[in-house]
Amino acid sequence: MAPLPPRSGDAVFANVEHVNAELFSLTYGAIVRQLLTDLEEVDEVNKQLDQMGYNIGIRLIDEFLAKSNVSRCADFRETADVIAKVGFKMFLGVTASVANWDTEGTSCSLILEDNPLVDFVELPDTCQGLYYCNILSGVIRGALEMVSMKTEVTWVRDMLHGDDVYELRVKLLKQVPEEYPYKDDD
Amino acid sequence: MIGAGKMKQYGNVLEKPLSKGRHEVSLSAFAFLFSELVQYNQTQVDNIAELERRLEDAGYAVGARVLELLCHREKGNRRETRLLGILSFVHSTVWKVLFGKVADSLEKGTEHEDEYMISEKELLVNRFISIPKDMGTFNCGAFVAGIVRGVLDSAGFPAVVTAHFVPMERSQRPRTTILIKFAEEVIKREARLG
Repeated sequence: MAPLPPRSGDAVFANVEHVNAELFSLTYGAIVRQLLTDLEEVDEVNKQLDQMGYNIGIRLIDEFLAKSNVSRCADFRETADVIAKVGFKMFLGVTASVANWDTEGTSCSLILEDNPLVDFVELPDTCQGLYYCNILSGVIRGALEMVSMKTEVTWVRDMLHGDDVYELRVKLLKQVPEEYPYKDDD
Repeated sequence: MIGAGKMKQYGNVLEKPLSKGRHEVSLSAFAFLFSELVQYNQTQVDNIAELERRLEDAGYAVGARVLELLCHREKGNRRETRLLGILSFVHSTVWKVLFGKVADSLEKGTEHEDEYMISEKELLVNRFISIPKDMGTFNCGAFVAGIVRGVLDSAGFPAVVTAHFVPMERSQRPRTTILIKFAEEVIKREARLG
């Protein structure tokens, strides 16, 4: 059977079950608050959020590949495009844009204007060092690692810190060549 | 396109217009997040009761905010002051907003005057969860019980809220019942109001 054509983010999002975004953002808020109480240090919370995101990412990639019919990306540019247009849309119902490529094509920015994680959120003075959405960077890192890409994901701009958009910098560190036996299904 | 339809900047979260609450994310996004919440809390406890208590606490924080939000948006800044009013608010309004449907049933306990039950055949948070044998009676519904307690407590109806599995005939999976036991003062006040 010929592989199915990749589906657009909108098409996938329309076909999955949904939940109210407020339940999602309030639950996330509860997690962040719990971490702040348990770990006390903002840096530790950033780390734990990233770890949780990573755990999600390594599992989420399966669902992503199964539902989107996306196959191997030709280069990192295509990868970034797929994350922004299909990945974000499929899970969070929002689209990101890709910008600020470096000349080698190995690092770029994902720019988000809508972010369902931050409804009702305002950072108090004591949490200024907190990357509230750090779970997202973990998700991207974990998911890409499962498709043989080691990346580094960092926050450049954050609306909770007064910037005008959310900007995530994704840098490709190295492409891990797959070893025999290949795990490919096709 | 950057700049097109850009969100207005607000200095303060309270100045932001209240969203209509119609945004949605995928169910799996929520399921992934919830499972991380459970797994993280598992690392912080050494028994089931403690784990349930922590999930309930997380839910409580959600419930308190849900009450505030929904009273503004759905009820013109009014909140219920009578027992049945607040119970049906939880059973219909809160459930509908959070889970997309009214809860399957709301019943009064037959043995105790102060007990009420909200039952759900397939509770959202239990949908992708199977409880390992060694975890006994653990129920992720504790999170939802926490939400209910958060709503009730913030509305002035303190209660003890717990989640239980109840086996169902003709079904492999049990339903989840949220048991609400109101504090004595609530029942007394209700009796006084007549």
